[in-house]
Amino acid sequence: MIKKSFIGLVKPRIDYTILTDPDPALIDIPQPGRVTLLLEGNGNGELKKGDLLKTGQLISTAKDIFAISPVTGTVENISGWAGDFGQGYTAVSIDVAKDEEFDEQFSEVVKNISLENAVKYFSNLPGKPSFKKFKDPELDIHTIVVNGMDEDIWMTANQYVVQSRVKAIKSGMEALSKITGVNSIVLVVPESQAAAAAAAGVDVKVVSSQYPSAQPKMILKDLFGKVVPAGRNPENIGYCFMSAEAVASISDAVSTGKAPTKKVLTLINKDGGMIIVTAKIGTPVSDVFKACDINVEEKDRVVYGGPFTGSAIYSMEHPILPDTNALLVQDRENIPLVSDYPCVNCGECVRICPAMIQVHSLARLLEAGQYEEAADNYDLNSCIECGLCSFVCVSKIPIFQYIRLAKYELDRIRLAEAEYV
Amino acid sequence: MYSQKKLIVSHAPFIHEGSRVPNRNYHIILAALPAVLMGFYHFGLPAVGVVALSVSSAMLWELLANVLRKKEKHTIGDGNAAIIGLLFAMLLPATIPWWFIIVGTFFAVMVGQQAFGGIGHNPFNPVVFAALVLFVSYRNYFDFNVALVNYDFEFAAIYPLTALKTYGVSGVEGFSTMDLLMGNQTGGIGATFGLGIILGGIYLIIRGFIRWEISLSFLAGIFITAAIFNFANPDQYAGPMFHLVTGYTLLGAFFLATEDSSSPVNFNSMLIYGAVGGFMTILIRNIGAYADGVLFAIVLINLLAPIFEKIRPKALGKVD
Repeated sequence: MIKKSFIGLVKPRIDYTILTDPDPALIDIPQPGRVTLLLEGNGNGELKKGDLLKTGQLISTAKDIFAISPVTGTVENISGWAGDFGQGYTAVSIDVAKDEEFDEQFSEVVKNISLENAVKYFSNLPGKPSFKKFKDPELDIHTIVVNGMDEDIWMTANQYVVQSRVKAIKSGMEALSKITGVNSIVLVVPESQAAAAAAAGVDVKVVSSQYPSAQPKMILKDLFGKVVPAGRNPENIGYCFMSAEAVASISDAVSTGKAPTKKVLTLINKDGGMIIVTAKIGTPVSDVFKACDINVEEKDRVVYGGPFTGSAIYSMEHPILPDTNALLVQDRENIPLVSDYPCVNCGECVRICPAMIQVHSLARLLEAGQYEEAADNYDLNSCIECGLCSFVCVSKIPIFQYIRLAKYELDRIRLAEAEYV
Repeated sequence: MYSQKKLIVSHAPFIHEGSRVPNRNYHIILAALPAVLMGFYHFGLPAVGVVALSVSSAMLWELLANVLRKKEKHTIGDGNAAIIGLLFAMLLPATIPWWFIIVGTFFAVMVGQQAFGGIGHNPFNPVVFAALVLFVSYRNYFDFNVALVNYDFEFAAIYPLTALKTYGVSGVEGFSTMDLLMGNQTGGIGATFGLGIILGGIYLIIRGFIRWEISLSFLAGIFITAAIFNFANPDQYAGPMFHLVTGYTLLGAFFLATEDSSSPVNFNSMLIYGAVGGFMTILIRNIGAYADGVLFAIVLINLLAPIFEKIRPKALGKVD
């Protein structure tokens, strides 16, 4: 756990965990008896209970919602699943068969894959490469940034992929260029990986190890000198971000003709120990803990993602997703709770905010539900969602939660207004 | 499905650096202690009585406010009321009557803070607000020369700022800056021992409990303004060092102007806030009617703080 230093005059510096071990221990989680895929939206599409699926076979539950099966087996159940902010998912459970068979259609398609097919077949590869943005006629993407850094502290999964598979990343970048027609592809890595990555012959930029430098908007600001306008995304100014693991997966798929199905993730134990784990996409999280000898008790907390930006899960049946880069387990004794103590205006949040937002004013407006005022005059949309404000708040106000809630509510209001008109 | 373990689900971030408001408050109390102990040494048991009554009555007022506002969790343990009581006592002469203290802490806690919604919501520093209400209403009780007339000090028993106001620079020639800094002067219980206040202030700055920009710019404002006056007319206006170590200057710079809720938090805003405070203090001392201007100046900058706070850096990606 990171604690405030004795000398509080200097603002706290929080660093990403940098992978230094050239050959870190790796635990491979055995194939689970059942995997679950979460697809956005509700509906079954063509898929029914009892369908036989091969590894790499394309399934679709709704229009424009695609996934490939990470295992060979039988569809056991299709049900609804509630995600964060009430977002609906369709959970497809697949009973894994003993013998693995690879789908021929997949290998046929990836031989000379078009953008159209990349959107479908690559959508849930490990690292979750999304090609939808390239199809959007309103976006003019001219640069792809491959992020070799992890999005949060205590995580090393992406760094591990860069360290161990830099050749695959290079060929993945070439494949990416072929599929999308984008020629400028840059790999962003921490200092320690820069030399090896440059030696492999890819375009490299070095990112600082201070959190939150590896967040897309900070990378654009620090390394590319481009500022994303408030409330917009990097894609709006022509930059598309993809994780290093996603690019390595593309390379695997294209070069072998088989769908890569193993996700690399960092498992952060209750004592803060970190191990790198590979697991089939869709493995229930309880299987991962069982294989790693981690005991999760009642009232502990399990987080998908890192300590600043992850999201807590409510069920041990939650599957490993294609973009689950870390699993954080917290003992119930070590869970800091939020409080209803008022803001005392100490200014810690304002000083630590990387987006230079007046967080103390913003938090007061959000507490009062003044979302529109917050967005218009207090820079709600400039927030890059790093979570540092809540981390340093002396009153333990859940500022970050207020901010996400406000953004969500404003989106809802906008949607409702658009429908009304 | 139903037999599964229940996990704690909450929003990110899942870690916290561990700082808490009571922790801040108790460190501020700790930092104020050297000056208070020197006050006990100089003014004896009556000073102990004043501080004890002030701290306890402030906490009781807050308890009453908690009860009246039907708070489930009482906040008197967070040290906020205790600081108000302690700082209020530090401004007073040791011989102040008991009812004065109780009325004072009432104004500080109930009117100055709880009426606005409690900690974090007060537009003025509650201590300064209460002290000013009483100063304007009962000015004679703040006359340190009268209040401390029965004491037998080892040093000149005249309040330096009154001496300056009455006799001009010739009246304060007997005071050496070193003596004043070491607490050899009359004044409020906790306001005379400059060195102790400075040490406490530096401790708070290093620990990050107060913001150095405010303290430093406040002192700089006083120094520069006093130096200009002194340069213009050395016979009428005392030098900057004299102003730095007399009256409530140091207490104001390190403990009063830096109160969180009533001060700005942006770098430039803090510098302006402090500098205006120092400037106004000297203006009131040198050409105003009152001997000391710190309290008035701080209330004034508290009032201006929201305007200073408008000077803010541009947020990332802000479109004008």
